[in-house]
Amino acid sequence: MIKLEGLTKVFKGHNIPAVKDLNLEVNEGDVCVLVGPSGCGKTTTMKMINRLYEPTGGKIYIRGEDALQMDPIKLRLDIGYVIQEIGLFPHMTIYENIATVPNEKQWPKDQVKEKVDNVMSLVGLDPEIFKNRYPSALSGGQRQRVGVARAMVSDPPIMLMDEPFGAVDPITRARLQNEFLRIQERVDKTIVFVTHDIDEAIKMSDTIAVMREGELVQHATPSDLLSAPADEFVSNLVGRNRSIKRLHLIRVSEILEEVDRAPALKEDTKEEEVKKRLDESDIRTVIVVDRDNKLKGVIGVNDLKRKTGEVAGDYFQEVSDTVTDDATLNDALSVMLEIGEGYVAVVNEDEKYQGTITLGDLLNVVREDS
Amino acid sequence: MLRTLWVWIGIPLIMIGIAAAIVIYSVNNPPDSIVARMLTYERVFRVIREHMGLLLVSMTGATIVGVAGGIMLSRPSLYRIGRVMETIVNIGQTVPSLAVLALFYTILGLGFRVAVFALFLYSILPILRNTFAGIDGVEHSIIEAARGMGMRPLRILTRIELPIAFPIIVAGLRTAIVINVGAATLATFIGGGGLGDLIVTGLSVHRDMIIVNGAVIAAITAILLDYLIGKAEERVVRWS
Amino acid sequence: MDQLLGMAFDAFRAAGNGIESIAQAGDRGIIAHTIDYISRRSDLILELMLEHLWLVILTLIIAVTISVTIGIIISYYESLAQTVLGICQVLMVIPSMAMLAFMVPLFGIGFTTGVVALVLYSLLPVVRNTYTGIRELDPAIVEAAKGMGMTERRILFKIKIPLARPVIMAGVRTAAVMMIGIAAIAAYVGAGGLGELIFSGISRGHQPMIIAGAIGVSIIAIAFDYLLYYGEKRFSVEGSTREGN
Repeated sequence: MIKLEGLTKVFKGHNIPAVKDLNLEVNEGDVCVLVGPSGCGKTTTMKMINRLYEPTGGKIYIRGEDALQMDPIKLRLDIGYVIQEIGLFPHMTIYENIATVPNEKQWPKDQVKEKVDNVMSLVGLDPEIFKNRYPSALSGGQRQRVGVARAMVSDPPIMLMDEPFGAVDPITRARLQNEFLRIQERVDKTIVFVTHDIDEAIKMSDTIAVMREGELVQHATPSDLLSAPADEFVSNLVGRNRSIKRLHLIRVSEILEEVDRAPALKEDTKEEEVKKRLDESDIRTVIVVDRDNKLKGVIGVNDLKRKTGEVAGDYFQEVSDTVTDDATLNDALSVMLEIGEGYVAVVNEDEKYQGTITLGDLLNVVREDS
Repeated sequence: MLRTLWVWIGIPLIMIGIAAAIVIYSVNNPPDSIVARMLTYERVFRVIREHMGLLLVSMTGATIVGVAGGIMLSRPSLYRIGRVMETIVNIGQTVPSLAVLALFYTILGLGFRVAVFALFLYSILPILRNTFAGIDGVEHSIIEAARGMGMRPLRILTRIELPIAFPIIVAGLRTAIVINVGAATLATFIGGGGLGDLIVTGLSVHRDMIIVNGAVIAAITAILLDYLIGKAEERVVRWS
Repeated sequence: MDQLLGMAFDAFRAAGNGIESIAQAGDRGIIAHTIDYISRRSDLILELMLEHLWLVILTLIIAVTISVTIGIIISYYESLAQTVLGICQVLMVIPSMAMLAFMVPLFGIGFTTGVVALVLYSLLPVVRNTYTGIRELDPAIVEAAKGMGMTERRILFKIKIPLARPVIMAGVRTAAVMMIGIAAIAAYVGAGGLGELIFSGISRGHQPMIIAGAIGVSIIAIAFDYLLYYGEKRFSVEGSTREGN
């Protein structure tokens, strides 16, 4: 989909090239993350793809076509572009911001409206609420969503993202990353993603391109990068605790299929049954759900002693946090440490209970790999 | 609705009404023959017309040249000249208006046209500076996002840079108008006419009534214009 | 509209003629005449310059005292602030010639008229900057001072005013530059200063005199602007190093 051949960039007044003889190929539907320390040329490389920077040498092919021969305006209209500072237009409403590219392409009005509504819902912004607001009235996370929506609205096959989640707090960042991956599963874009955060790179990518001083050091899948770093620079970058980093690679839903744990109890389960299940449970806890399979809470051994009642609904206590099934194992581990339990309940988008994973499950994953 | 009507029509009418009342009273009740001869409706209307002529011609020209110049200097190819111009303009603005008019008198001589030209040049400065500063102040990331999405340079200028810089450009316009109205009352010294005529006449014949008439109309013109452009400023910017 | 276009056209034609007459003036050696005039009357020019400076510095001292006091008072009474600032805004918008004219029936022709008009003019920049300088201080600083048991009086003099000083100085600079220009106009109502050269030069058609006056006033204005800018910077640098330590 995107092919860079011998790409070189020397900025005016500099002797050392910012990017030197770079060869890289990104397949259709892949997320390729460019990662490296600041000044390694990752952003420069990205900006050459939509020709915000003109390369000094080398070739760029997009779907086999020579991008350097194309009209840069046409090229950019078909490449989504998201930057860290987002660059929302402060004098335009959210609607007008998102409609920028369709308007530049002169789409008919009702088509623009339909697309903007769709893409706003896709990124989790209610069009009715946010459409007419100005960017100054939005939180950091919401602005990032608008930035992504604005880049995606005309359905460009390719997206370039320069640290798109760099300016928000860690919790919002994790949520945006998960949402983004869920959207990507549906839309299947070819994405070049720049970050300096190796954890983010491992989480988001199909392939990772590690850069240093304008050169490509290694281009590999995250798993290969972790198990076989090309040199000391890469192994330093991924760090010593590589097994823990593996937890970024695996989604909760993937191991839920493997762990075979007894199903949750309904609220009207009798006390004896609850006792029996508690004895069988390896975490000394059972999960309680309602009729619609929505998570109600958990019952521990002590709850049975402390409270009186007849059915499970009388005993449970609410859980302080859960993870969604599209979260990574690393997210699950964080939540377990946060709530101080050896397990965490997994729910899906509609808050329906999906299962439970334990610290033991995570240990198994890490052990298998190393 | 009623509020809008009050802000845009009510208050301006009251101000004009006050000025009109003072003029009508003075013309109809002259304390002596000198005032009767020198303060007539014809004379008042003439100096108002001259004053408005000074303002309109110089401000229209200054707005066109100032905004166009500011835009040109903010383009990447002229940007460095723009920074130098900014310094020159700042020094130019420090030069007092009377000095500017006096120097133009020594070069061009007396007359309405000389006054208009001097006011025109003097009023360009704040407009040029604010247009340049306003466009220069648009955050780099906003321009980069626009370029990255495939907007052409001319579209970026008209759809992004100018609208964002607009409040600052209007502020420059407001400064220019206030300075211009003030300097226009000095035009009389170099034969440019205007409301300054009434004040100077009043001072030379020692008749306070004539002085006050000139001063009131000049003051109300200035206050009214400043008020209107201030209100317009508030309405235009909904986004910040 | 036709009339306006006509005026505009005339104005630009006049500019064209002007450039010609600059060339002619060069022939007659107007620059030489001016230099000659300045060297001959240097005592008079110096005297008028000192008069001009005296008028400006005296009014500046009075104006800053009054304006800073008003600024401090309205920083305590928010409800008063908008009204006071509104009145100051109106005062500054009034054309200087009109303002001076208003003063004549009240104070007659002379120095006093100049001083009063100049003081009224310089209110807005200093009052506004004192007010915003104090209002926009980090509330945590004031709270910390209160928490340490400082009285309001000490907080004002030891914390608020020193921290707001760079902003106040910026206002003083604006006021000073404006005053120098208006002081020149005030010569017409007998306040003295370099404006006298300009006015009597115009009435006598004595060009070197006008140029000497106009350039003298401009030099004072530019010099004040520069000096006060320098002072402003020094104040803020001092402030930041103190914070840094």
